[in-house]
Amino acid sequence: MIVGLLWLLGCQLVGEVVVRLLDVPVPGPVVGLVLLWAVLTWRRTPDDAPVVRTGDALLTHLQLLFVPAGVGVIVFGATLREEAVPLSLALVGSWVAALAVVGWSVGLLLRRARSGGEG
Amino acid sequence: MSETLAWLRDSPLLMLTVTIGAYQLGCWLRGRTGGHPVAQPVLVAIVVVAATVLALDVDYADYRADTELIAFWLGPATVALAIPLHRQAARLRGLVAPMLVGLTLGAIVSVTTAALLVRLAGGDDLLARTAAPKATTTPVAIGLAESLDAIAPLAAVLAILAGVLGAVAGPAVLTLLRIRDPRVRGLALGSVSHGIGTGRLLHDDETQGAFSGLAMGLTALATSALMPLLSLVLFP
Repeated sequence: MIVGLLWLLGCQLVGEVVVRLLDVPVPGPVVGLVLLWAVLTWRRTPDDAPVVRTGDALLTHLQLLFVPAGVGVIVFGATLREEAVPLSLALVGSWVAALAVVGWSVGLLLRRARSGGEG
Repeated sequence: MSETLAWLRDSPLLMLTVTIGAYQLGCWLRGRTGGHPVAQPVLVAIVVVAATVLALDVDYADYRADTELIAFWLGPATVALAIPLHRQAARLRGLVAPMLVGLTLGAIVSVTTAALLVRLAGGDDLLARTAAPKATTTPVAIGLAESLDAIAPLAAVLAILAGVLGAVAGPAVLTLLRIRDPRVRGLALGSVSHGIGTGRLLHDDETQGAFSGLAMGLTALATSALMPLLSLVLFP
């Protein structure tokens, strides 16, 4: 478990330092993700490796990690009530619109590429 | 007695226990209801903890400081999303170009429609700026809201709500939209409901979860890169 934790923390640490040094508007953990992905691919890491077991255990409870920020709704109770219409319209409308755009555009391009490859 | 109460108030132990207990209650409910979509552990936990914090009259800032130990792990967990991707790497073949185009379009649509719909429904400019980054994962939404001079903590809450919406309704809406390829379903949900939607999908199906995590990361990148340009058009 400690070896697994070291990999996760180490990749995040490098990611956070890199984005600060290069001053790029990218979250450090996302750079850490790319870095770990490269390491796993390079080393052909098997499923029973410590980093895989530790990471999977953490991901099983990914939703838990959002709870502290989510409880922040209590601070904005009044704002959420007063602005209920614009906020819920924007939240739901924009969510459906982007979900459909991504799903349909990726699906369409995949079918195009497939039929192009055959023809 | 009063000394004990003071200790309970000052130690992070009580709020950590309440938070993990409420989350466990959510997991239990999900199991008991046979995976009912509304029984998302994150939703149950937020409702139960928010009610407890309000009932005990605890300041949110204090609660947030007490539970930093939980929130901290969001960073390493984001790094860990490389693991399902590593296992699903073979399924990326032929998908890279459509994915990059689709997620870029998605980031533009998320920001633009959120800002326009807030204004359309009578919200002010500040609210439109605050809603704009809601599709990105919470730490990114906070950073983007700060760069837009918006209300960053409210932007974080809106991002959480977009995530919870995806965890609850995402799979059903994707089916309604006739999106069936598990890779595309994951990409679409991750692009609008970040880590919270990814958490639901990882629980249901690893392929969808892996691509959802990838979409979350790429959406964070695309939105961060495009926001300066989009804000010139949307918030002149």
